[in-house]
Amino acid sequence: MKDHEGRDGHEDHEGHAMKIPGQHAPSDGPEALLTVEGLVKHFPITKGLLRRQVGAVQAVDGLTFDVRTGETLGVVGESGCGKSTMGRLITRLLEPTGGRVAFQGKDISHLGVAGMRPLRRDIQMIFQDPYSSLNPRHTVGTIVGAPFRLQGIAPEGGVKKEVQRLLELVGLNPEHYNRYPHEFSGGQRQRIGIARALALKPKLVVADEPVSALDVSIQAQVVNLLDDLQDELGLTYVIIAHDLSVIRHVSDRIAVMYLGKLVELTDRTSLYTKPMHPYTKALLSAVPVPDPKRRAKRERILLKGDVPSPISPPSGCRFHTRCWKATDVCKVQEPPLLALEPGHQVACHHPENAPEAAAAGTSGG
Amino acid sequence: MTTAPAPGTGDAPTAFLDVRDLRIHFPTDDGLVKSVDGLSFQLEKGRTLGIVGESGSGKSVTSLGIMGLHTVGQYGRGRARISGEIWLDGKELMGADPDEVRRLRGREMAMIFQDPLSAMHPYFTIGHQITEAYRVHHPDADKKTARKRAVELLDRVGIPQPDRRVDDYPHQFSGGMRQRAMIAMALVNNPELLIADEPTTALDVTVQAQILDLIRDLQKEFGSAVIVITHDLGVVAELADDILVMYGGRCVERGPAEKVFSEPRHPYTWGLLGSMPRIDREQTDRLIPVKGSPPSLINIPSGCAFNPRCPYADVPAGGITRTERPELRLVGGDGAAGGGRHWSACHMAEEERARIWTEEIAPKL
Repeated sequence: MKDHEGRDGHEDHEGHAMKIPGQHAPSDGPEALLTVEGLVKHFPITKGLLRRQVGAVQAVDGLTFDVRTGETLGVVGESGCGKSTMGRLITRLLEPTGGRVAFQGKDISHLGVAGMRPLRRDIQMIFQDPYSSLNPRHTVGTIVGAPFRLQGIAPEGGVKKEVQRLLELVGLNPEHYNRYPHEFSGGQRQRIGIARALALKPKLVVADEPVSALDVSIQAQVVNLLDDLQDELGLTYVIIAHDLSVIRHVSDRIAVMYLGKLVELTDRTSLYTKPMHPYTKALLSAVPVPDPKRRAKRERILLKGDVPSPISPPSGCRFHTRCWKATDVCKVQEPPLLALEPGHQVACHHPENAPEAAAAGTSGG
Repeated sequence: MTTAPAPGTGDAPTAFLDVRDLRIHFPTDDGLVKSVDGLSFQLEKGRTLGIVGESGSGKSVTSLGIMGLHTVGQYGRGRARISGEIWLDGKELMGADPDEVRRLRGREMAMIFQDPLSAMHPYFTIGHQITEAYRVHHPDADKKTARKRAVELLDRVGIPQPDRRVDDYPHQFSGGMRQRAMIAMALVNNPELLIADEPTTALDVTVQAQILDLIRDLQKEFGSAVIVITHDLGVVAELADDILVMYGGRCVERGPAEKVFSEPRHPYTWGLLGSMPRIDREQTDRLIPVKGSPPSLINIPSGCAFNPRCPYADVPAGGITRTERPELRLVGGDGAAGGGRHWSACHMAEEERARIWTEEIAPKL
């Protein structure tokens, strides 16, 4: 009983009301701009002449979360955990295999190109690689002005003036309008990408590793710029990154992913001061700290081995093959994502730092 | 043999590795690229030197220079012009016969590269590549001995089931395991100098922690001199005893790791520290980036290379920062009493820099 096409608000609201009441009922704060329920993306693996499907890369396998208006949601995880696929699903650059993505209450999970077009104004993306995400044959003016042409919007005072305003907004010289991408450094190119993303005054900006390709001193410039733009334009961000220090700096709430699943979702302070999932704890302890004096004192949890393949993820809790707390229950039963404390969701049978009652409830198997 | 490195002044080498006034220039159509322009440092066995810098600061070119891997010549494009002296264990490498250097390379000095997938040959098994490295320097060893040695080292670097995995191809290994295999390959001849160029940049955080631990343990075991080249101050703080900060092809600060992190005396080092979000400190509102971007090595700013980006460029009188290049000077006079020596290259008076660091920079980090 799901209505996909929701041509106007009414039908859609009915669909929305059918939301499964569950543990993961979100939003206790401001309203949700983007709601994701049970999101799944499997990439088929085919073989032979007939392209028979022999398996699937389970890149994203059942995510439920929401993004609240005005916040920054950070998404962290190691390579192959599905964080980039998640970013491409919520911006609908990919179509989900299952589950539901709703933007401002409207189901966008299976909208076509035409159906998505008006929404493209509201949802924009910033890419990781400032070299391959800008067309080398186009001038900066063409690149940043493209959204206006594609959407058929004539900004007040003309496209050129608006583009120059945007360039200034992101800290570039408006006179660089006629230059080509190769004339800019990595940090400047990333600013061009940001200007393009902001051209149509989006509500939601999804940034996939926005600073990881940049030098340390330039990273800080771009992080500060994203911060300023959020204050100035009231943007909502989803920032995907593998660097836990950067994520801590930019995020209000943080989602930790492991092999296509959410393992922990909470606000910044709780995540960094009392992580509940063993994986989060290990991840935090592995971050190299720029302080040689602390080298000796540090308590580090070294995980065994590498992340398993998402083609055949481990049974039960996907982390059990590397977890030092794993027991028999972890191998067979997948832990649900539960709110053990208000606003602190964890998917673990043996959570750390958990309140007494909750811990007994989940681990007493 | 673990005395603090001292500056080389006489003709005889004063340390196990003694690099003096190294210059590596590349003639190009656009002009002379001065990748390394007068770099000197010393390193003893059993110590780890961390070379830190942004992209284009000359850190990788330095390591290739020490290994003798640049094509040298007076004529033709793309050939490096190298001058200076490199003393390894009492032998001067720069003027040495190329065959002599080839005999040392792989045996006395070995290198770990950033990307193991492109540093290994995809067509040969891991075992083949490790045994090749061994047999080149041990012509008497038969295949069986070499293979035994390869298995032994794979076991030592933590590859599970080494006797079976030795016959795998590089693509059958995960990223972390490939990096371990490359470390095994570098260590097969017990080198006395090991250069690791961004050894963990391509790896995930949890795997990075494993590899950093491994490098540290191996150094204790083998007692070799290690150079770690990275842009990540966190990685350097984890591994290095001494730190050398490079900017625009030159060393701007050098000293014991604790000194450089706790009492840095160069504005560029301050900038690097301010640019990094820190997971081990209280949350700060804003990062303090370095303005502008790294200089072009064809057109290095006159005077102090950092002057266009330095907030204190106008502090020394008479615009000396723009006309005269600062030389490395000892911090705190002769710092030998403190165990190691701390050098920096800045025109500002030392008391002034100490004041700026303690009063203006450190409290904001």
